[in-house]
Amino acid sequence: MDKLREVEGRAIPFGRKNIDTDVIIPARWLKTISREGLGEGAFETVRANEPDNPFDSEEFAGAPILIAGDNFGCGSSREHAAWALLDLGIRAVIAPSFSDIFAGNAFKNGILTVELPQTAIDRLLEVAQADQISIDLDAQSVTTPFQDRFAFEIDAFRKDCLMEGLDEVGLTLSRDGAISDFETGIRNQKPWLARGTGIAA
Amino acid sequence: MTARTLYEKIWDDHVIERRDDGTCLVFIDRHLVHEVTSPQAFEALRLAGRKVRRPELTLAVPDHNVPTTPRLSEDGTRIPIEDPQSAQQLAALEKNVEEFGIRYFGATAREQGIVHVVGPEQGFSLPGTTIVCGDSHTACHGGIGALAFGIGTSEVEHVLATQTLLLKPSKTMEVRLEGAMSAGVTPKDLILHIIGVIGTAGGTGHVIEYRGQVFEEMSVEGRLTVSNMSIEGGARAGLIASDEKTFAYLKGRQFAPQGADWDAAVEYWRTLRTDEGAQFDKSVAINAADIAPTVTWGTSPEDTVAITGSIPDPSSFADPSKQAAARASLDYMGLTPGTPMREVEVQNIFIGSCTNSRIEDLRAAADVLRGRKKADNVKWAIVVPGSGLVKEQAEAEGLDTVFTEAGLEWREPGCSACLGMNPDKVPAGERCASTSNRNFVGRQGPGSRTHLVSPAMAAAAAVTGRLTDVRELT
Ligand code: SF4
Repeated sequence: MDKLREVEGRAIPFGRKNIDTDVIIPARWLKTISREGLGEGAFETVRANEPDNPFDSEEFAGAPILIAGDNFGCGSSREHAAWALLDLGIRAVIAPSFSDIFAGNAFKNGILTVELPQTAIDRLLEVAQADQISIDLDAQSVTTPFQDRFAFEIDAFRKDCLMEGLDEVGLTLSRDGAISDFETGIRNQKPWLARGTGIAA
Repeated sequence: MTARTLYEKIWDDHVIERRDDGTCLVFIDRHLVHEVTSPQAFEALRLAGRKVRRPELTLAVPDHNVPTTPRLSEDGTRIPIEDPQSAQQLAALEKNVEEFGIRYFGATAREQGIVHVVGPEQGFSLPGTTIVCGDSHTACHGGIGALAFGIGTSEVEHVLATQTLLLKPSKTMEVRLEGAMSAGVTPKDLILHIIGVIGTAGGTGHVIEYRGQVFEEMSVEGRLTVSNMSIEGGARAGLIASDEKTFAYLKGRQFAPQGADWDAAVEYWRTLRTDEGAQFDKSVAINAADIAPTVTWGTSPEDTVAITGSIPDPSSFADPSKQAAARASLDYMGLTPGTPMREVEVQNIFIGSCTNSRIEDLRAAADVLRGRKKADNVKWAIVVPGSGLVKEQAEAEGLDTVFTEAGLEWREPGCSACLGMNPDKVPAGERCASTSNRNFVGRQGPGSRTHLVSPAMAAAAAVTGRLTDVRELT
């Protein structure tokens, strides 16, 4: 996973509340076998029904930040929602709150979720219309070119992983010794459990 | 030693390491894989140049996308799947299991079936194990006393690569059934009733253990039905302690331990019971005698009512948001408050899904249908066995003939009309008495209207063409 220390650039001002995973990526896109290319289906219904939507505007093409309303990512647990945002080029989402599952999926895919109070969101939505926004993960702050500075909280473990570009699989693989010891324990104490389907590695 | 619940015993036995923030690295004993939630996980392994750590602990089978029409033509060649995307997901799974060396029951294998039917049936799912699958109904395997829960695709990748997951412990919840069930009431009625009582958020953050004499007397397949729907009650997992019945059910199955291993396993499994005096974080007691054959009226699995009851009036709910939800549900379902449930006509019958497609389910449905015919207003009625082995057993008992003589279709195993991902769908605006587990808007196809019922109740509805109290037919 790419390291994420700062995210800087245009931010898509999409301040809507309760954006569910069906809006982020409709169910018909779930039949894919790849993580790539889902950006095409991202916010499909919004794009189809609202000619002036920010996702199709030249101005916000490739913007690395999305600003949203309360309870972003509610609905199903589909990880495709995170993949779709990533495919659009989004590395950080700022909102007053997120659904737990979405926040977890975003993190697992190297997307930073920033929770800020609605007043800060309102200000950022305003700035985002014409100017860039910066997120400094190390300093845990969001700033604008106009001296705005909003501090945010983040779980220390998640912060570490994002900053170092560590994926969970890589982290766990570094615990290989402990896992191997545990497996040896199973082979000794519950030999009947280790066989599985009988196909050896 | 402090008294522990069954959940705590299984959990403690699987923790490899505990981090300061309470997150634990947990060993996963068994991993089930199907075609929908796994392709991106295998792709990620490939991109990172990683391998599957313990291929023998993963079992793969396609189920969601496979059509339930014949898969082999007369000359034994495979009939291609029409939908290109479904075909692509199946092809991807085939390629992945081949490349990573994983045991696979392909679409034409006799062991193929719904992943949650196949696991216990093959003795792959065992008591006291941690079992995961990229599917929320993995809770099903809790019926044999395993800690089983659904995971996301990144977690599928994590398990493939490391045979572990990073998890925080859940809270514990006891659902205790007092007394005995009345005649004509099945495990499906029981779990529908339980979800009606606790609500779809009742078990959130908890692992439910189902306790009481009812569950001790219940068959293993009945327990799988109950545990299966724990997720509809908000719990990621459900548990029913294993016992002699569980051991008898598993003994001799393909992947179950054998010989001395078997004896050692049983000895360990016998220790896996909630200790006297162990504390649950939450406890719910329900009187089993209060439970009648149960059906759903709305678009949430908690919208349950006894078949003897009627469609509720939304304004009868105390919570305003529930009132609004009920109004929207009834609008979608095309139902009027006060209508007796027994007057609701159905045009479709689905007997199948990981909740109710095992041999006992098919026997229960056949017992009602034997010597009867489906009603004329029932246009589409299908019976979909949970696996090829269930299908063989049913055919050996002549159940297929009972179904076809009654005017129902006998299909090949798979998820089928449980969800609209394969060709089996309920037409928009039509009603289906379904033995599956979710009555969400559009779940059985766009505009479909689902009433969740037991297999016997689905069979009864097929006979009369409306929701029916099966106790009146026998
Ligand atoms: S039968 Fe239905 S609930 Fe069960 S695994 Fe298949 S789609 Fe999911």
